[in-house]
Amino acid sequence: MSLSIKDHEIDIVIGALRSDLTSFMSEWRPIFSRFHLIIVKDPDLKEELKIPEGFNLDVYKKPDIDCVVGTSTSTIFSGYSCRYFGYLVSRKKYIISVDDDCYPAKDNKGILVDAVAQHITNLTTPATPFFFNTLYDPFTEGADFVRGYPFSLRSGVQCALSCGLWLNLADYDAPTQALKPEERNSRYVDAVLTVPARSLMPISGINIAFNREVIGPALLPSLRLGGEGKFRWETMEDIWSGMCVKVACDHLGLGVKTGMPYVWRNDRGDAIASLRKEWEGVKLMEEVVPFFQSVRLPREATTTEDCVAEVANVVKEQLGSKDPIFARAAKAMVDWVMLWKSVGSSTSSPGA
Amino acid sequence: MVEPATATQAAAPVMPQLKDELDIVIPTIRNLDFLEMWRPFFQPYHLIIVQDGDPSKTIKVPPGFDYELYNRNDINKILGPKASCISFKDSACRCFGYMVSKKKYIFTIDDDCFVAKDPSGKAVNALEQHIKNLQCPSTPFFFNTLYDPFREGADFVRGYPFSLREGVPTAVSHGLWLNIPDYDAPTQLVKPLERNTRFVDAVLTIPKGTLFPMCGMNLAFDRDLIGPAMYFGLMGDGQPIGRYDDMWAGWCIKVICDHLGLGVKTGLPYIYHSKASNPFVNLRKEYKGIFWQEEIIPFFQQAVLPKDCTTVQKCYVELAKQVKEKLSKVDPYFDKLADAMVTWIKAWDELNPPTAGSVPNGKAA
Repeated sequence: MSLSIKDHEIDIVIGALRSDLTSFMSEWRPIFSRFHLIIVKDPDLKEELKIPEGFNLDVYKKPDIDCVVGTSTSTIFSGYSCRYFGYLVSRKKYIISVDDDCYPAKDNKGILVDAVAQHITNLTTPATPFFFNTLYDPFTEGADFVRGYPFSLRSGVQCALSCGLWLNLADYDAPTQALKPEERNSRYVDAVLTVPARSLMPISGINIAFNREVIGPALLPSLRLGGEGKFRWETMEDIWSGMCVKVACDHLGLGVKTGMPYVWRNDRGDAIASLRKEWEGVKLMEEVVPFFQSVRLPREATTTEDCVAEVANVVKEQLGSKDPIFARAAKAMVDWVMLWKSVGSSTSSPGA
Repeated sequence: MVEPATATQAAAPVMPQLKDELDIVIPTIRNLDFLEMWRPFFQPYHLIIVQDGDPSKTIKVPPGFDYELYNRNDINKILGPKASCISFKDSACRCFGYMVSKKKYIFTIDDDCFVAKDPSGKAVNALEQHIKNLQCPSTPFFFNTLYDPFREGADFVRGYPFSLREGVPTAVSHGLWLNIPDYDAPTQLVKPLERNTRFVDAVLTIPKGTLFPMCGMNLAFDRDLIGPAMYFGLMGDGQPIGRYDDMWAGWCIKVICDHLGLGVKTGLPYIYHSKASNPFVNLRKEYKGIFWQEEIIPFFQQAVLPKDCTTVQKCYVELAKQVKEKLSKVDPYFDKLADAMVTWIKAWDELNPPTAGSVPNGKAA
């Protein structure tokens, strides 16, 4: 962990889609216990949350969410999107968010991976989006920029988002997992790399961290599938949000890293059942990707909120007529920016 | 501490793939003892040895290898006046080997590169991995967070559009190096003891629109798809710059691959790089490059090739034109280089005349 980062600058936000968090919290205790946690209960979850003792945490349930944003707005936080409420109310500089069916992983040497430490390292060392370094993250111990890397680009840019990966159950879509029901990810790739500028990627919400001060408003609940469910196979909300984040980062000159840390994602759900129920998301990506690849934000968009508002505009103009889901997403983005401005827009000052 | 595989480990029996379709190009100035280490992997293949430096010196090739060897006299004889485009006293001369090859694939390796070991201690068959990389599609249009989706045990992640899952043909496979990393002279001077011990078990496609520093130490490519663009420039004797041969080729091929819809992969395989060259000598060679690359890179980042450039040669000649127009003002060297690029293409086409009924080797993206 970087010495310049204080534990109190970090919030760990967990969206609880299952009520019994006992084993989840116990497994993560060695890594989480020193930090403040925000646990947001999926407003649709009926059972009481079971959370073990000994953590410094705040728990938000439907009544709390209703109180902060109003009962009509609180529906945007249903399902996996409940974690966005945590991002909204946090006042810390860095947020780390992991799905509640993920546990700490072990690296190739059998050592437990401190996902929080790795995410923080990723966020607090520069990203290098303008030129690809073939030895991956040049700021990692034992690595550097290779021959041919321009010196003017070696100071890099601020890293706004750190996308981690998953051992065991990888983040595949339902058709892929259904086709290969036994496939599990056992490959631990010992690398972090910056995703180049103007390259888009599917940013999974399962294991991420970000600098809330710099990019907070761009992580947002907006694209909700008609059949959205309580398994990641039945959602695209994070993928959509991730596209917005990457476009905003590219425009604002911020970096996005991918790779370590890994978490261990437990087997859960049935890909075939999900596929029968929900494949709209897979179809939508055919529109979504070329759309985001073509988005160019104007010079005047100088803040993350500006970027989100601009993207919302373009979504409405270009995609709104193709499918009402996009028109709704655009509106949700505009509403989110207003919500962020009224509820979410401050951070505790460093050193407080 | 990382170590190379020893000969016994490297002697695992292999089924040589593509042995009639792949040439191994090796530039050398001293000797080829390193081939003993690679014998179990290389012996089935044809070698093209490009001897740099004094042509009167005899390079001993270990027995049992099928090879052709070219020294400076041979290059001059074969190319005549066009030989001016082939560097002298620099490993850039290796690109002559690409030109004279008649095979579909090229693997090129430096003579101080040995067989690496993977984390389990097993010898890495670099050639086999390069072939896999070249024969599987690339995915330059959208980044897959689980790296190469065509590798065993991996796939495309959620959110990856199905229409992009077929990928595009892979033109280049860029391998990496354990032990002595490919650092420039200033970095070597600051960190003389740094060794690359990190074995990153990944292959990935470099996204479209992104440039990278291509190292020629451990490189393979599809000669049919991209060969004419693999010119390693004017370096060494009589030139103001060295150690930028592979870099130059890398920037050119990436712009052309992006234009033609071809893929470039980087990552596995690793080789074990044993020799650290003298950083002071390197600094002298590179020093202009360190300044020039600040101009060169924006040039390549902004280079646009017209739609009617549908073959590698057309793309390359167009690029040469743009180099002359835009980089000559940086240094007259680029004027010479642009001319040499055109000479290279002429020489390439002479030595590789199109066969009857052949189709253009690419299409504009």
